[in-house]
Amino acid sequence: MTGNELPIGEDDLQAFVDDRLDGPRRAAVEAHLAAHPELADRIAAERRHRTLLRGQLDAKFTEPVPARLRISTLRAARRGRWISSTRSIAAALAIFVVGGVAGWFANSLTPSSSPPTPTVSVAQSATAAFRTFVVEVAHPVEVGVQQEAHLLQWLSKRLGRKLAAPDLQPFGYKLMGGRLLPGGSGAAAQLMYDDASGRRLTIYVRAADGTETAFRFQKDGEAATFAWIDQGFGFAVTAAATREELLPIAEAVYRGFDGATSTGPSGPRIP
Amino acid sequence: MADAETLLEPLIPALRRYAFALVRSHDAADDLVQDTLERALSRWSLRRTDGDLRAWLFTILRNLHISAERQRQRRGPHLDVDAISLPAAAATQEAGLEMQDVLAALDQLPEEQKSLLLLVGVEDLSYDDAARVLGVPPGTVMSRLSRGRQRLRSILETGRATLLRRVK
Repeated sequence: MTGNELPIGEDDLQAFVDDRLDGPRRAAVEAHLAAHPELADRIAAERRHRTLLRGQLDAKFTEPVPARLRISTLRAARRGRWISSTRSIAAALAIFVVGGVAGWFANSLTPSSSPPTPTVSVAQSATAAFRTFVVEVAHPVEVGVQQEAHLLQWLSKRLGRKLAAPDLQPFGYKLMGGRLLPGGSGAAAQLMYDDASGRRLTIYVRAADGTETAFRFQKDGEAATFAWIDQGFGFAVTAAATREELLPIAEAVYRGFDGATSTGPSGPRIP
Repeated sequence: MADAETLLEPLIPALRRYAFALVRSHDAADDLVQDTLERALSRWSLRRTDGDLRAWLFTILRNLHISAERQRQRRGPHLDVDAISLPAAAATQEAGLEMQDVLAALDQLPEEQKSLLLLVGVEDLSYDDAARVLGVPPGTVMSRLSRGRQRLRSILETGRATLLRRVK
């Protein structure tokens, strides 16, 4: 062995097992193995196992290839699958179209699930807004009651309607303040009140279509709501209260807004 | 574009050999090879023309095998009556005993070591191509190969020892 040769490494030994070493390196490994009989035993065993493995799998290699693995067979099967899948796509499409057409006609025969009436829609938005902000501890309102004049002026401007805060003191509720919310296609205003025990009540106002003026009651979980449409606006009074508790409040609110817009004395029909 | 048929067909015997060594069932091996060829045909235009076609096919085959194994493990164990080994040709009794043991011992290796021993030792893939098939850094192939071969040897030696003890 000459001095400038690299020491024998595991990579040399593996390449030796695989018969992939060139002449000089192969000779160097053979010399190394001759000097290390234990390593030589290991490498000899690994070479033998490699040869045995090749021998054992040789029969599989020389075995005739089954016809199903011929490329031409596989290609024909692929074409067949493509045609049948095209057919099933066409069939699925036909079913889809037939179903759609049938559905179109069926729709005119059965009562359709039309979008909710404006009152229902207002009541739902009011309930959602109530849920969101009534639990709010840090910022229940955007503008507090200390700036009531400013609050009502601001909300009136954004709503496009003069907004007054109905006096609900007779029911034990005091104004806390209010906030501006997105509502329908424009803005919505929410006024929040609370009573001595901290129970909260909201009044929700937003522009709404429809001439319906009947009160509509809705109870969603703990949140009870009276909603109505008046003069192109939807109103809702929401609180965690019973129908009986809430109705007189809703009527008072209705009268409050009625006075604010100074329309006729035609009150809503109470259901 | 080179014709897939003339390029793929000569490689099928090697694919069948590798597949059989992995799954140890003739039918399952041919199913695996069929899936491999179908995938290769469907992605023929996507293959790297500069790379080794064999390495690409072995990669597809191995990945299919691994995902099938994973599915099988999720579904629970599956016993295959077709798992028989090929008759050993022209072997002495002792060599025959060991020969039988080599494939069985190989089954006890982790899949990665098993594949490496097959791809390098049987299919004569270059070390770099074998690394590519396994998705490991080329620099780690030699040490992985060495570990796999030593493990195979220890399995064969202990297996033989227990066999001899049982005979006595």
